[in-house]
Amino acid sequence: MTLPFSSVFPLKKARAHEICGDSALVFAAASAGLSTGAVVWVSENWRPTVNPEGLSPFCDPGKLLLTRADSQLNVLASTETALRSGAAGLVVAELSSAIGLTEGRRLQLAAEAGGTTALLIIPDDAGSNAAETRWRCTGVPTGQPGLPGQPGPAYGTPRQKDHDSTHWRWSLIKNKIGTLSEWIVRWDAATHRIIVVSEAGS
Amino acid sequence: MQRRIVSLWFPRLAAERSLRARPVDAPFALTLFDRNSERIYDLCPRAEAAGLNRGMTLVHARSFCPGLLTRAADPVTDQRFLRLLARWAVRYCPWVGLDGRDGLFLDVTGSAHLLGGEAPLLDDIKSRLTRAGLTARLALAGTPGTAWAMSHFAEGIANDGENLARIGPLPLSALRLPDQTCTSLERLGIATVSELYNLPRATVARRYDPEVLRRLDQALGDIPEQISPLKDEVSFAVRITLPDPIGLLDDVMAAARRLIDHLCARLDIAQKGARMLKITFRRVDQENQSVELKLARPMRDGERILALFERGVSAVDAGYGIDMIRLEAVEVEELGMRQLDRAEGREKDSLADLITQLGNRVGLENIQRFHPVDSHIPERSFKLVPAAYSSPVPTWPAQRPRPLRLFPPEPISGTGFEPPRRFRWRGRSLSTAEAEGPERITPAWWENDQDWAHGLRDYWRVATLQGQRLWLFHTPQHPAWFVQGEFG
Repeated sequence: MTLPFSSVFPLKKARAHEICGDSALVFAAASAGLSTGAVVWVSENWRPTVNPEGLSPFCDPGKLLLTRADSQLNVLASTETALRSGAAGLVVAELSSAIGLTEGRRLQLAAEAGGTTALLIIPDDAGSNAAETRWRCTGVPTGQPGLPGQPGPAYGTPRQKDHDSTHWRWSLIKNKIGTLSEWIVRWDAATHRIIVVSEAGS
Repeated sequence: MQRRIVSLWFPRLAAERSLRARPVDAPFALTLFDRNSERIYDLCPRAEAAGLNRGMTLVHARSFCPGLLTRAADPVTDQRFLRLLARWAVRYCPWVGLDGRDGLFLDVTGSAHLLGGEAPLLDDIKSRLTRAGLTARLALAGTPGTAWAMSHFAEGIANDGENLARIGPLPLSALRLPDQTCTSLERLGIATVSELYNLPRATVARRYDPEVLRRLDQALGDIPEQISPLKDEVSFAVRITLPDPIGLLDDVMAAARRLIDHLCARLDIAQKGARMLKITFRRVDQENQSVELKLARPMRDGERILALFERGVSAVDAGYGIDMIRLEAVEVEELGMRQLDRAEGREKDSLADLITQLGNRVGLENIQRFHPVDSHIPERSFKLVPAAYSSPVPTWPAQRPRPLRLFPPEPISGTGFEPPRRFRWRGRSLSTAEAEGPERITPAWWENDQDWAHGLRDYWRVATLQGQRLWLFHTPQHPAWFVQGEFG
C-alpha cells in the first residue's frame, strides 16, 4: 500500500522536520507558503538571505521574520526560543553542520511545547534521529523526469510565469510514523498549493 | 505682594566641586586651555593667597607658587553640578533659576516664613552649603538685579524700598554691565551706581547703549526681570532598598515586580511606553550588576516586561545578596491609548515578545524583515530592516521570475552568447538540459557600482541534468559567464 501524499504534507504541526538536498529551499518556501501566521527564518549571518523576490511565488515575504545569528549555537538557541514562544506558525532554521540527538530532541520538545512546526534545513545526511520526518528535495529537468540523457540542451525564450512547470522530486527518507515514499511534485502559484505530478514509488 | 529674590553666588564653584570629589592639602587650581596656553580657570583661597588669579597662564602661576597642584577643568560637569544645586534649592522655594555659570536665583516670595523669616533662611542656606564644602555668597532683595549686586559686593538683606540705598555705593560692575562700558563710565568719573543714577537719563541713553539704563532699572525694580525656572525633568526610574539582602530568583523577581508596577503606572500617566529598560542590582559588597532589556515595541505592561526580564535576571550573580534594586526606562517612546483588539492584539503582542526575546540573544538589530525597494537590479530589489522598528509590508510588488537564493556572481567557464553545455560550478560538473532567456538587465548608470562594472547582463535560467536550476548571466560587453543564483 502506498503512502498518501496528503498524510505527510503539509508537515505535521508541532513537530520538527528536516529537509536536505539541492532544492531544500523550495521545500522550505512551499512549507512557509502553506503555514499560517508569521514565519521565523533563522540563519547564520554569513549566509546570504533567501531572496524575497524569488520567494514571493511561494510565500508572502512580508510574513518572514529573519533572525541572523552569529553561530550555529545561537541559531539553535533562537530556534528553540521561537518554537517555545508559539508566536510563529513555522520556524525555519538553516544549519551548516550536523546536530546531535540532544539538540534534535530539544527542538522537538520545544516544538511540542509551543505548538509550532520546525523545519530544519540540514546538509545531506546530517540530521538527528529526533526528527519526525526527513525529506530530500531535488530538481527534475522538465520533460524528462528523472531520465538524463537528452541529446542536447533546449534553448528557449522566457516563458510566461503561469506556465512554469518545474518539477521536483520529494523523497521522504525518514518517517517516524509511517513508511517512506517519493513523489514528483510541482508548485502551482495561482492556487498556491503543491500538486503531485506522479508517484515516483520506490 | 512684593517679590523677594535670593541671589546665590558660588565664587569658587569649579574648584570646590573638584575638591569635594578628591580633596588635596595644597594650593590648588583648575586649568583650561584657552588662548593658546593652559590658563588658570578656578582656584582655591590658598592659591589665591599665593598671588595667583584667574586667567593667568599655568607657567606663570608655577613660578609664583611651585607647590601648586592642578587638574583639568571640566565646565560641562560644573554646569551639571550647578543644575544639581538648583534642584537642591527647590527645598526652599519652588521657583529656582540659573544665573550664568556660577549662580542661582531663588524666588522666595511667600516662602521665607517657612524657615522662620528671611535672615534664618539665608543662615540655613549658608550653613548647609558650607557643610557641603561650598563657598557661597548670598543676598536677598526685592529684585534680581539688587540681589545679584549685593551677593557679589555686599552680602545682606535689602528691605522694601532700600534698593537704591543698598546698591548706591557699589561699583558699576554690580549692575552686570560689560567691563568695557564700566571702564568708559569710570573714565568720566562715574564710579558708583548712585553717581550713575544721578546723571540725567537722556544723556546716558544717548551716549551709552540702552543696556546701561536697562540694568539700572532692573536693579531698582522699574522694569521687570524674569527668572526662568528649570524644566522639570521627568525620569522613569524607580528603586527599592531592602532591609535584608536577598538572593533567590523568586525573591528578586518579586521585588522587580513591585518596581515594574510603579514604573508602569508612571509611564501610564505620561502616556509613554518603555523601549529599553535597565535593571541594576546593588549587592551588599557594593558591586553593581545590571541587565538591559531592549523591547521590540514600546510597552508598559508590567507582566509582559517581567516575563521578558526573567532570562537576564536569572544570569545575575547575587553574591552575598542584593540590597538595592533600581529599574530605569532608559528609552521611552510615545504610547497612546489603544483600542483593545482581542485576537489580533494578542497575536501581535506575542510576536513582539518573541522579537524581544530573540533580540536579547542575538541583538535586536539582527531580527529583520524584508522591505521592497524599487530597483530593477536583482540584488537591490529588497532591503533588510530591523523588525523592531518597522512593520510588515502588506503586499509585495508584482514579481519577475527570480531565484530563491542570490549570491555574489561566481565565474564559470563559457563562451558565446548561449549558456555553455557543460560547466563546472562549486566543484561539480553540470550539463545544461534546458535554458530560458535571455533577460537583459542594464546596470544603473547613475550609481557607481563595482559589481556591475562588466556592463550589460543577459540572464538565463538554466536547468541542469543533475537537477540544479541556476541563474546564469553573460556579460556581452566583457564576454564572461557567471552564476548568480539558485532557483532550488
